[in-house]
Amino acid sequence: MTEQVPEWGASDQPPQTPLAARQEEAPTVNPAVAKALVAVGAFASLVSTFLAWTWTSSFPGDLSVTGYPGGNQVITLTVSVLLILALGPAYGVPGLRWLAPRGYVWLLRGLALANLASTWYILLAVVIELNGLANWVSGSWVALIATALPVVGSFLLPDDHHDAARARPMPRWIQAAVILVAIIIAMFVADYGITTGFTEQFIGFALAVGFAAWGLNSSGVLSRLTGLTAQNRVATSVAAFVAALLFVFLQTSDQYNTIADDILIFATVALGLNIVVGLAGLLDLGYVAFLGVGAYSAALVSGAISSRYAHTVLPFWGQILIGVSVSIIAGVIIGAPTLRLRGDYLAIVTLGFGEIFRIVVNNLNGQSGPDLTNGPEGVYGVPDLKLFGYDFGASHQLFGVTFGKFGNYYLLLLVAMAIVVFIFARVNDSRIGRAWVAIREDETAAGAMGIHGYRFKLLAFGLGAALAGFAGTINAHLLNTVTPDQYLFSASAPPNSAFLLAAVVLGGMGTITGPLLGAALLYLVPAKFEFFQNKQLLLFGLALILMMRFRPEGLVPNKRRQLEFHQEEVAEAEAHQVVEAQPEAEAVA
Amino acid sequence: MTTMTTTGTADTVGTTVLEARGVTMRFGGLTAVDSVDLTVGDREIVGLIGPNGAGKTTFFNCLTGLYVPTSGEVRYKGAVLPSKPYRVTQAGIARTFQNIRLFANMTVLENVMVGRHCRSKEGLFSAIGRGPRYRAAEREARENARELLDFLGIGRHAGTLARNLPYGDQRKLEIARAMASDPGLLLLDEPTAGMNPQETRATQEVVFKIRERGLAVVVIEHDMRFIFGLCDRVAVLVQGRKLVEGTPEVVRADERVIAAYLGTPYEEDAPVRDAVGGSVGAAGDGSDDGSAATVRAAGEDEGTAS
Repeated sequence: MTEQVPEWGASDQPPQTPLAARQEEAPTVNPAVAKALVAVGAFASLVSTFLAWTWTSSFPGDLSVTGYPGGNQVITLTVSVLLILALGPAYGVPGLRWLAPRGYVWLLRGLALANLASTWYILLAVVIELNGLANWVSGSWVALIATALPVVGSFLLPDDHHDAARARPMPRWIQAAVILVAIIIAMFVADYGITTGFTEQFIGFALAVGFAAWGLNSSGVLSRLTGLTAQNRVATSVAAFVAALLFVFLQTSDQYNTIADDILIFATVALGLNIVVGLAGLLDLGYVAFLGVGAYSAALVSGAISSRYAHTVLPFWGQILIGVSVSIIAGVIIGAPTLRLRGDYLAIVTLGFGEIFRIVVNNLNGQSGPDLTNGPEGVYGVPDLKLFGYDFGASHQLFGVTFGKFGNYYLLLLVAMAIVVFIFARVNDSRIGRAWVAIREDETAAGAMGIHGYRFKLLAFGLGAALAGFAGTINAHLLNTVTPDQYLFSASAPPNSAFLLAAVVLGGMGTITGPLLGAALLYLVPAKFEFFQNKQLLLFGLALILMMRFRPEGLVPNKRRQLEFHQEEVAEAEAHQVVEAQPEAEAVA
Repeated sequence: MTTMTTTGTADTVGTTVLEARGVTMRFGGLTAVDSVDLTVGDREIVGLIGPNGAGKTTFFNCLTGLYVPTSGEVRYKGAVLPSKPYRVTQAGIARTFQNIRLFANMTVLENVMVGRHCRSKEGLFSAIGRGPRYRAAEREARENARELLDFLGIGRHAGTLARNLPYGDQRKLEIARAMASDPGLLLLDEPTAGMNPQETRATQEVVFKIRERGLAVVVIEHDMRFIFGLCDRVAVLVQGRKLVEGTPEVVRADERVIAAYLGTPYEEDAPVRDAVGGSVGAAGDGSDDGSAATVRAAGEDEGTAS
């Protein structure tokens, strides 16, 4: 019997791959010189951020100051510092090797490119927006050359890509601390992205983050980190929650909390859709309708002035109950006939139902239909929530920080999202979740394993609808209005069915972080690229195509088991195998 | 192999596990399975053989509720089988598939735990709440799955994705997954397809061990050496009809079986061949092959038995 050793078992092989070896044979520049180039460039670009990059302050972000970094120089500064840190593993500095478990060259390349792209972009923007090279000062030239050097140097270095060595076992609390620090750093990065004030800043930021993430991913830091988070689920969840709380305390005004609120709503609904699409494999193109059902149901009994039932004012938990149950009923009504269909047919029918919802609420205005939803005007004047005497519409002082309306809702949405994440995680890792994945993988085989396919698909549909309805209830209060136009199949801004599905697919189906990341990206990118206006969808389509071509599994691929877990198991199994193989070999002989 | 001695005990087996009577399956004008009877006794291993397209897998699908037979009746331990696959599994019949149908993106352990699905009842709310009963059921399913994986010798792969398993282990995993539902009858559809002789022999041992756990087994297979070395009784399906049924010795000696596999002697269809311009010599070769095959099969069996 031939036993293949799975690929992750190869970790203890010598770190030189044949490819790397072959490249080393080619006559290249002395690695020491290349490394020196990177180092010089990194330090020089660090210095350049303390110089002026232009003489006029008319460029947004003010690059004209000498002595401290301003505007986009902060990005260059940060990446330069990272680059200097990444030189640690290159020069074998003890204590920094963890930065590059799979080889430092790709890390250097990624960071060098990040520095180059964001810096050159901003220098170019200076030339174009201020008309001419004359706007450059000596600092600009320093930055231009300094950021190019590391790119040249890092690409002259021979490729040292190898399999990651096994992570050293760490005490539990250190693991938790590492996770907390990493997540808080990620939060600061996200915070910077959300609060970027002008387009150039966001593009520079996006370029830097994109290349840096690529470098960190190739160097194996990210996969080691995800391995850690997979081992410490509770610590990760707590850390993420803490970081998200920290975000709102960092905000000085309510300005960016609206964006954060919208992202949270979008992400919560995307996570609900992930149950339907990612776990059960049901392509639902009309999912936003359930958000609408929840929002309308809650708005109608919230005491909104334009509601037909303005005199019926239910407490918030009652509204949630109504919103969720009406959504479930809608989900079952839509699901019961359609879930007998498979694949494309289901997608088309759900697309149709999504539109039917919008058109129906548009017409339930007392003229073209019964009076229920106030037609295209929608239900407006939905009052702000009051929970335990806490008025979500008013400003509050909490721990010395002022919470405006959107700050208040941020806190509520954070709790809502935590609930959805909790439900998703629990159900995913259970008999139900396994049944869903089995149906997704092979419905016939799932049936032969005793899984009632239709019932479980309906359950997935119902649970997805319930979570969307739950989010909708809060959304109605957050926006104060519910109109049919908010629940389209596709629009230039989320949430709509197309964007929800894109967030799930782009982020990574069946994962928790995937849709959250996807939702954040899909919201931020259109919001920050306002100047593209109606070309947003074009760009968006392009991004999707590229994504499907180069990373079809999504940004966060679903690894059902973490690497470390495997390595131990495989090593153990190999030991057993050797013991077992010996008597067998004797018997054959 | 010493296990050959179990052959021939079929008649002494007491209770009936499976009883199919007059099972007929028509697809439009095509009769894929034509009033086939089959009984399987307790702890019996029954082989189902026949040339390609004889209706073996269709018959399996009728037994497992994937198809509803056009006519006929299937009883499992006395009760008429329900017509939905998941209910059939619930009732106690589990199967594997001819073309491996694992849940490729689930781990090996999860695959087997899915097989346990119909023996547990934990619903959505207990999955969210995780009470003691839920955890007990989950632990039980996990332990059961690990035990089965060890039983089939693939326990070391528990954390691997099913798609990354070597081919032979995927076959074993299918068996483990089917056994997780605690069936009384296991239907194996070509369990050794694509295996080398050693693996085939190992599979044979596995099936014997499965029988020792109290299961009856029905096997579809093309590997005659495997079938004759394994089964208590063999049924031959040809063009949807049951041609012969009996002990391996009886079936192996039956002229009609050889004819079904290798073609009939030329006397019967000589006129047709002449009409097409076919050579008599070729047909003669065919009959020679037939007798040669009989001899070879017998010889092989002696080889296996020793």
